[in-house]
Amino acid sequence: MLKTFNIIISGTGGQGLITLTQIIAEAALTEGLDIKTSELHGLSQRGGAVETHIRFGEKIYSPLVSLGSADLILSLESLESLRALSYANSKTTFLVNKFTLSFPGSPKEKEILRKLKTITKNPKIVPASEICKKELGKEVVSGIYLLGYAVFKKLIPLKPSSIEKAIIKIVPEKYLELNKKAFKLAKK
Amino acid sequence: MTKIKKQKERISNGVKKILLGNEAIVQGALEAGVDFVSAYPGTPSSEVGIIFGKIAKKHGVYFEFSTNEKVALEAAVGASFSGLKCLVVMKNFGLNVASDALLPFVYTGTKGPTVIIVADDPSCWSSGQSEENSRAFAYLAHIPILEPSDAQEAKDFVKLGFKISEKFNIPVIVRTTTRIAHQKMPVEIGKTKKSNFAGKFVKDVKRFVTMPPRVLEMKEELLEKIEKIRDFAEKDKASRIGGKGKLGIITSGISYLYVMEVLKEMKMDLPVLKLAFFYPLPEKRIKNFIKGLKKVLIVEELEPFLEKEVNALTKEVNPGLQVLGKDVLPEVRELNTEKVGAAIAKLSGKKYRVSKHSSLEVPKRFPRLCPDCSYWFIFSSIKKVAPKGTIFGGDIGCYMLAGFPPHNIQDYLSCMGSSIGIAHGIKKSSGQKLITLIGDSTFFHSGIPALINTVFNKSNPLIIVMDNRITAMTGHQTNPGVGETGMGEITEEIKIDEVAKACGVKNIKVIDPINIKEFQSAIKGFLNKKEVSVIVARRMCSYWAKRLKRRK
Repeated sequence: MLKTFNIIISGTGGQGLITLTQIIAEAALTEGLDIKTSELHGLSQRGGAVETHIRFGEKIYSPLVSLGSADLILSLESLESLRALSYANSKTTFLVNKFTLSFPGSPKEKEILRKLKTITKNPKIVPASEICKKELGKEVVSGIYLLGYAVFKKLIPLKPSSIEKAIIKIVPEKYLELNKKAFKLAKK
Repeated sequence: MTKIKKQKERISNGVKKILLGNEAIVQGALEAGVDFVSAYPGTPSSEVGIIFGKIAKKHGVYFEFSTNEKVALEAAVGASFSGLKCLVVMKNFGLNVASDALLPFVYTGTKGPTVIIVADDPSCWSSGQSEENSRAFAYLAHIPILEPSDAQEAKDFVKLGFKISEKFNIPVIVRTTTRIAHQKMPVEIGKTKKSNFAGKFVKDVKRFVTMPPRVLEMKEELLEKIEKIRDFAEKDKASRIGGKGKLGIITSGISYLYVMEVLKEMKMDLPVLKLAFFYPLPEKRIKNFIKGLKKVLIVEELEPFLEKEVNALTKEVNPGLQVLGKDVLPEVRELNTEKVGAAIAKLSGKKYRVSKHSSLEVPKRFPRLCPDCSYWFIFSSIKKVAPKGTIFGGDIGCYMLAGFPPHNIQDYLSCMGSSIGIAHGIKKSSGQKLITLIGDSTFFHSGIPALINTVFNKSNPLIIVMDNRITAMTGHQTNPGVGETGMGEITEEIKIDEVAKACGVKNIKVIDPINIKEFQSAIKGFLNKKEVSVIVARRMCSYWAKRLKRRK
């Protein structure tokens, strides 16, 4: 039986977590898998911490990833990767955007990343926001870039072609080229 | 792998689609051939209305965002009396508002079938005022309540609700929770039925007028009806049983998914009764289920309504049965696999292992106003000019953020529209200065009667209506002040200052709050008035303004 794959995406409101969640779910569906996701909408979105749960495999009941059972924690913001720590076990992969949205009282990025390195094994810290800004002029697609990174590096057991199909299906045409570029950029 | 292959085939045929629970509700209503949809936005129910606003015309369906949930339900009562198939959508607190119209509607019954979506929010992810368990309305109103467990069932139970409503002429509630409404999964897509939108009200006093002595006959008829629906529920396959052994579990809604996940992890196959109907309960099925058991665990979120029912039935059929419930599960906050796992471990005497994990104290990230939100100007102006000791009233909307740092100007917060009603009570009790904040949609929803009360009964709070020209917090829905209906049609724009004037308010100013000086001097001046004052702080939500620009 296929092992269930559990993903937590964490970040802050407005970073496009819900679109990312939808893309992964669609990609899993095209591969014939069962999927459940959970997300929160409403005031919790507005600049606050957001996490979405994605689970796919042969048969999925709960939409929530249990504590200590995430296979991948994909964080669009550095501090939010630490907040998701309780979902991780010793084998969990951390893929973290080197981007920090600080607020009064929040630790510095350096400190956050140091902490991340001490409490997790080999977190993958990728300057997705910086790369997207430099190469595409838009930070907003850094989530798609990270998703590309995860898929091409086989951190998510889904085919890149399934993700690409899902992007085409979900992203509005106006922004499609940009998103496809961001996705492919991660292949390099 | 054959299972996966089959699934793949279905997908390539376009039968399954990833849907959000709320999207599945829309799909279910369309497949049932809904004609008339009314809603008031509220998380976690809001997407249903947003989607209908976009697609209603295409499907020949009528859709409106009503002024409030009571009005939304009343609109549906009228449409149902005229023979249309109706869907009404609201969050839990909306049902409190609508409850005055709900009870008589259950008495009269429906003519056109009617389903009411009520979205609860255990853990209060998007709810301020209470952790409400709307299932309690079943007892108050004798209204059938269905509880889906996932997005697929959200769709199926909307259709089942319409079927029951059609068969028994009674409105039906489909109760979701956040983890259903905002859950995505592959959902089987069926054919949508075209609405044949042509209602006619046929006079029938005996049916539509609730007055004694008829109302008491109606109650008798209703109770009989409920027993017939109970018989229906006994046979309906939406409730189901699996597993074997002497240790059983009774559950419903999202809790069912946690139960099944835990049993899968623990490699156990205990008998599980999954209930689709919370009310009326299929009592015979429950009795049959518990008859041979030694122990039964009731897994439900929030208050132990099911547990009490099962306890009562136990006395009849299995007095020695040990019933576990809220002694092993919390009554506050939503459930999850960890909590349910611990409870099942207690039931079975086996260990449930939560994967090893650690956690870390991370500084809280408060939700913030958007960087270019006009509320920044309003909050800072208020803070600047309000004398020390001024009381600040809060209401339901983005401006609840006034209660968070760096603003910290929110001394009380309750339900929709209450900022003004409570302000009146405080001003009648005390000479302290008081400023309340209320949004445009909340003002229309239930602020107006309270405003009239301040004039009628002579109190003098300063009311600032945060008129950002849209219902922002729930995802930008139109309201009576916008000049556009939920379906995008142009309509009369109702001006808040004119409403206030007609209510007898003498001190009224409409100010764009970015004109800080004018705004601050208005606050200062109005705080010294003997009568109630209203400042309409009018500036469009910056997020919405950007979206409108992009749309053009």
